[in-house]
Amino acid sequence: MGEYVLPQGLPAPVPARDGLDRPYWDGTRRHELWVQHCGQCGTWQWGPEWNCHGCRSLAIGWESVPPEGVLYSWQRPWHPVHSALADAVPYTVVLVELPDCGGVRMVGNLVGDPLQRFAIGDRVQAVFEDHNDSPTPFTLVQWRVLS
Amino acid sequence: MGELEHSLRGRVAVVGVGETTYYKRGQSPDPEFVLVLQAIVAACADAGIEPSSIDGFCSYSNDRNTPARLSAALGGEVIRYSNMQWGGGGGGAAAAVQNACLAVLSGSADCVVAYRGLAQGQFGRFGQGAKSSTISGSAALTVPYGVMSPAQTYAMRTTRLFHDHAISPDTLKAVSLAAYHHAQNNPRAVMYGRPLTAEAYDASRWITEPFHLYDLCLENDGAAAVIVMSAERARDLSDRPVYVLAAQQGGPRRSGVAGHNQPDYVTSSLKPVIPRLFAQAGVTPAEVDVVQSYENFTGAVVMSLIESGFCTYESANEVLTFDNLIAPRGKLPLNTSGGNLAECYMHGLGLVIEAIRQVRGESTNQVPGAKVSFVNAGPMVEVVSAAIFGRAEVLG
Repeated sequence: MGEYVLPQGLPAPVPARDGLDRPYWDGTRRHELWVQHCGQCGTWQWGPEWNCHGCRSLAIGWESVPPEGVLYSWQRPWHPVHSALADAVPYTVVLVELPDCGGVRMVGNLVGDPLQRFAIGDRVQAVFEDHNDSPTPFTLVQWRVLS
Repeated sequence: MGELEHSLRGRVAVVGVGETTYYKRGQSPDPEFVLVLQAIVAACADAGIEPSSIDGFCSYSNDRNTPARLSAALGGEVIRYSNMQWGGGGGGAAAAVQNACLAVLSGSADCVVAYRGLAQGQFGRFGQGAKSSTISGSAALTVPYGVMSPAQTYAMRTTRLFHDHAISPDTLKAVSLAAYHHAQNNPRAVMYGRPLTAEAYDASRWITEPFHLYDLCLENDGAAAVIVMSAERARDLSDRPVYVLAAQQGGPRRSGVAGHNQPDYVTSSLKPVIPRLFAQAGVTPAEVDVVQSYENFTGAVVMSLIESGFCTYESANEVLTFDNLIAPRGKLPLNTSGGNLAECYMHGLGLVIEAIRQVRGESTNQVPGAKVSFVNAGPMVEVVSAAIFGRAEVLG
């Protein structure tokens, strides 16, 4: 499946039964990026939690945010830690910061050549990677460096 | 000064340490429970006490060997204290000793063992990727992107350390080479007789950039145990007890949040532990003679040494060199048993024992005249810990 950054066979993300992260995963299916945003105090929060860690409000809400950010850190795995990755190394993992959303961070893969040149601070844009052929269809949020 | 009023300093002492043979992962001839028994019995022999006199048990990282089973096997009459430190990995190695000391200090128990056993052949291996077809919760934010091993979970902190503070990757290499150097003098070390050169380090494969193979801890089978008693009782057993000057645990704000969103990302998590640790110990970092700094990954050692006050972000590249890190004459002798990289990965309890051994003057890489020794445990995990040991003369 050439359109995926990593091969099929890795565990498929499914929303937790408790419902905590459902707005996020439902959003990815619509190619939208949703994070928590407290209606009481304005704190941006990621990953999802039951209350706002800024003001402790249980009424923390969700908001769709622009799917773009800044490359905060990265690593390039060469050792396959899962059988599905045996022929897929190296690949690049990025940690993306969303500066307009309180600096929350998201983990994803960099789209394109795993040995491409990039730097911390580069602007990146989300690439929504649909896995419609999965028994439990899902969408991953990958990232592309904006030139 | 409430934080000093009830400090351990001068009140609790280590009376015995014990270790099994350390094996490569999966190669222990004995079951894990037997390894733990061996380590505790060895610690009792070291202390000169009967195993049946242990009345308290402290461990960490969800150790499988329960106090009830151990006490029965040791012939114990009674359990007065049992405690499991929260958290995986080795963050609890010094905390288990702290918990044991607190049990003694409070009078809850008289003779408490902190222990850890690992037999991965019997119980499965660390660092393996998820085997399930689906994943939920916080892991769903990383695993589908091929981020599932501990090395992958923590590598990006080191990338950012280099970026934020102009730390050189050579510091990681120096930490690794020093550990292997020390292991060559330590017959207990799994890497005894297997030296590592700078060239071999450079040529080693990437596990995940920025970590080479030799930046990662080993995986081993074995067990280790440390027994503490009140200082008064310890002095009855030995004329040279090792005092626990301080032991602390802690984590920074929101250290457990998902998806790499810790507000302070580039940290060993030791920052909140260190001020109170040194205040309670009554010593400064400059007075520490020898340092054991837990190596899950070498990048975490660099963060730990800076955050513990042994160097600064600005001086790290000059201080953290091979020559400075080796015993007996380096400025900052580090991981003198070979540590988790080259002696054994016993979730850090081996490092705790080496810290005690240095103060006793019994290390295979002894720092001459070492009086104060420092150890930390499990950097970067949610709750980490550290301890300082000292000789009687430090108490003044």
